[in-house]
Amino acid sequence: MMKPTDIKNPNYFHKVVDCQWACPAHTPVPEYIRLIAQRKYTEAYMVNWESNVFPGVLGRTCDRPCEPACRRVRVEEKPVAICRLKRAAADNKNNVDSYLPEIPKVKNGKKIVLIGGGPASLTVARDLMPLGYECTIYEKDPKAGGLMRTNIPSFRLPEGVIDEEVDRILDFGIIRKFNEEITSLKNILNRNYDAIFIGTGAPKGKDLNIKNRYESIENIHIGIDWLTSVAFKHTDKIGKRVIVIGGGNTAMDCCRTSLRLGGLDVKVTVRSPKADMKASDWEIEEAELEGVPIFDNHSPKEFVIDKGKLKGVIFEKMVAHYDDNGKRTLKPSGDEPVLFECDDVILAIGQENAFPWIEKDVGINFNEWGQPIVDKTTFQSTLSNVFFGGDAAWGPENIIWAVAHGHQAAISIDNYCNNTDLLDRPDPITNLMSQKMGIHEWSYPNDISNSNRFAVPHADHKLALNNINVEVELGYDEKLALDEASRCLNCDIQTIFTENLCIECDACTDICPVDCINFIQNEDEDSLRKSLRVPAINLNQDLYISDNLKTGRIMAKDEDMCLHCGLCAERCPTGAWDMQKFTYIETQAKEIKILDYVE
Amino acid sequence: MTFIKKPIFRHPSLPKNDLGLTYRDYEGLVSTLCAGCGHDSITSSVIQACYDMSLPAHKIAKLSGIGCSSKTTNYFLNQSHGFNTVHGRMPSVATGANLANRDLIYIGVSGDGDTASIGLGQYCHAIRRQLNLTYIVENNGTYGLTKGQFSATNDKNSKNKKGNDNPFGAIDLALMAIELGAGFVARSFSGDKEQLVPLIKTAIAYNGFSLIDVISPCVTFNNHQYSTKSYDYIREHNATMGELDFIPEKDSIEINYKEGENIDISLHDGTNINLHKLDASYDPRNQNDVVNKLRKYRGEGKVVTGLLYLNEEVSEMHKVLNTSKTPLNEIPLDTLCPSHDELNSINKNFT
Repeated sequence: MMKPTDIKNPNYFHKVVDCQWACPAHTPVPEYIRLIAQRKYTEAYMVNWESNVFPGVLGRTCDRPCEPACRRVRVEEKPVAICRLKRAAADNKNNVDSYLPEIPKVKNGKKIVLIGGGPASLTVARDLMPLGYECTIYEKDPKAGGLMRTNIPSFRLPEGVIDEEVDRILDFGIIRKFNEEITSLKNILNRNYDAIFIGTGAPKGKDLNIKNRYESIENIHIGIDWLTSVAFKHTDKIGKRVIVIGGGNTAMDCCRTSLRLGGLDVKVTVRSPKADMKASDWEIEEAELEGVPIFDNHSPKEFVIDKGKLKGVIFEKMVAHYDDNGKRTLKPSGDEPVLFECDDVILAIGQENAFPWIEKDVGINFNEWGQPIVDKTTFQSTLSNVFFGGDAAWGPENIIWAVAHGHQAAISIDNYCNNTDLLDRPDPITNLMSQKMGIHEWSYPNDISNSNRFAVPHADHKLALNNINVEVELGYDEKLALDEASRCLNCDIQTIFTENLCIECDACTDICPVDCINFIQNEDEDSLRKSLRVPAINLNQDLYISDNLKTGRIMAKDEDMCLHCGLCAERCPTGAWDMQKFTYIETQAKEIKILDYVE
Repeated sequence: MTFIKKPIFRHPSLPKNDLGLTYRDYEGLVSTLCAGCGHDSITSSVIQACYDMSLPAHKIAKLSGIGCSSKTTNYFLNQSHGFNTVHGRMPSVATGANLANRDLIYIGVSGDGDTASIGLGQYCHAIRRQLNLTYIVENNGTYGLTKGQFSATNDKNSKNKKGNDNPFGAIDLALMAIELGAGFVARSFSGDKEQLVPLIKTAIAYNGFSLIDVISPCVTFNNHQYSTKSYDYIREHNATMGELDFIPEKDSIEINYKEGENIDISLHDGTNINLHKLDASYDPRNQNDVVNKLRKYRGEGKVVTGLLYLNEEVSEMHKVLNTSKTPLNEIPLDTLCPSHDELNSINKNFT
């Protein structure tokens, strides 16, 4: 027998808001999409800024874990373009200065140092500055931004967008120590900071030690170093024929950057089958649209050098074998190896964090792979005043994860500086509020658009390829943004069921467009899932179970398919169903102001 | 009245019937009746029955009169033929339509006002003529559309929403139908689809006049504590005669009930129904027995539901009249109408 659902558990409805649940920073997605629909772009931007700190950057570059989670893909092909709507908010907003937190003139006396000026450190600083902390950022490059600046080419992320969002935080009064690479943690420890945050990313690109690797140093590049060098304008050209080795997003950025720096015949090779490539589908798509062929199942065997100059790369063809558990092994196919001739090779086969500057005897323990031992909840290392976050903590992820880490590390640092238990973490802010305004009147837009996902307009192809600073994606114009916003199903507007009001008239069951409401005999979860009107096969989604009703049955609702259309509440004669907005706001070290921007 | 558009999205694993359709392909417009109206559940049951039987919508005609009940033909089978007739006159139009095209399935939907008051004469004669029609009465005992006056099926001991007594007795449409010679008579409850859907399927498969008198609470005017047609009252006083299984010809399902309590009945079209009796002394084929039982239960204040009476031997109108096997609307005009010479020769008989 299933127990009635405890809807007071904040995770129950949070899980139903699939996009927010999937977002590492738990951005209240439906909330900001509704603000966009009301053309309140500044407010939509601020909801994002509070949660994910870099809406303009993320609206162009986020790995978007929210989109595969979007409920819309359960009933049609493509999710709401959550990421690009975020950009629309950023593009259309007004000046946000008046919305920013006040930074106390009188400091609280605690000094924090942040090593590495990327998204993780910037997030920690943003969360701590309003509390009166004095923050110092050390960055080895001349500008802060980390991989956002160095590894993402400007045709995907214009410099102006990074400057705006990075400077907004730096202007809180952060002490900038740029162009200063830290070579000894001991030095920092000796300076008596109250806490140290390490957000140095994963700056070490993997090398490829195959035959003749070091016979041509000039024309074989490490991908992320090469991109950094392009970002800081130290590199502005490349050979006509380029091979990019690797199948991740860095490889896609390298090949597309090559096209803009003089590459005419640019190809990508990857060891695995194309379907297993690590790059996001949309990045692969963009590269292919620009005419870059991808050769999968090609494993580099040796560099070919002719008279001291790189001539090409010999590849061995591979075949993927899968065992019974689906585990993949790549084996040579036995075909003749092939030679691809080229002028330059860019290696984009992975990156890792590296800490040659942390002395072994300072008290920070590392595991057998050279990774620091960091607590998953507190982000504290084995040295109590040193915290890690972003790629420095557990290896390469992406910006949104770095931001999420930053929020948590800031809470820990604040607790640490106040002698509070690090595990004493603030609860999220949650709330349920009825959306009923009158008979047949609801305060949320439930007239959902049936349209397919709207494509983002692109710049002219030739123009884009001629200039690395021309942004390829133009972003949604206002009309497209509003049209796309109306595809959102408002999954944060929850169906709330009150047993003692229900007269079991079946009106909700009859009207539900996706058959998720059942009045049924209670059973154990397995059997119940099978005996619903349409069996609930997605075990990741809960069943909403009521207490016993008058007839001895229960109400069982499969949350998986619910469209949050509100028809059950609309057709309920007694108000046993109500549509209530579920607010879930992840707490941060600083005061969070999201509720000021929404109704 | 609901103003939210029903989303076009469907559950992706919705099962399909033999025609490759989901039940949603049998839907109509979104109901404009009060939220919680029993009629909407009957609408869903008709949709479910037609879907289950894989009926092609273009082979169905839905007819109705006037009233809340009669509006519901708009809410199912969007692709079917339909006729919203004058108040109480659905049986006449159904008779005409059936005479013109005997190949369609006729589903008539009416209410207690449309049937037991203004249309009572029409109702009686449709039964008497053994019209091949599934006649569904959506019976809520009240005139909901004119704000809650007692209808002719309201029980004498019940009161209206304001507590006034009903001075008149009720017309029992089911007993009346048995008396008038209907071959299939059932009563059901809108809140019990498990009972209602197999009854509708059997009624559609039955070749002749079939009545399903469905108690369908009016949430706005007749679902109060003094009502004998409220959700609560029916659930408390429901005496189900039996559980019915509808077994299409092609399926052979073994149903294991306790021995001696089941009756298997074959309909003309080869369909079998299996009645699992909850009252062992009850035989739905024995007319006297049925009438006595119904009177007895009514005296005890029980609402008897289920298949009440079934007579496989009763004929239907076309057989009685020995009409053409080819539907009249398919017979060419020159065959259908006598020629001028033929008419003259007939007229000569009268001179």
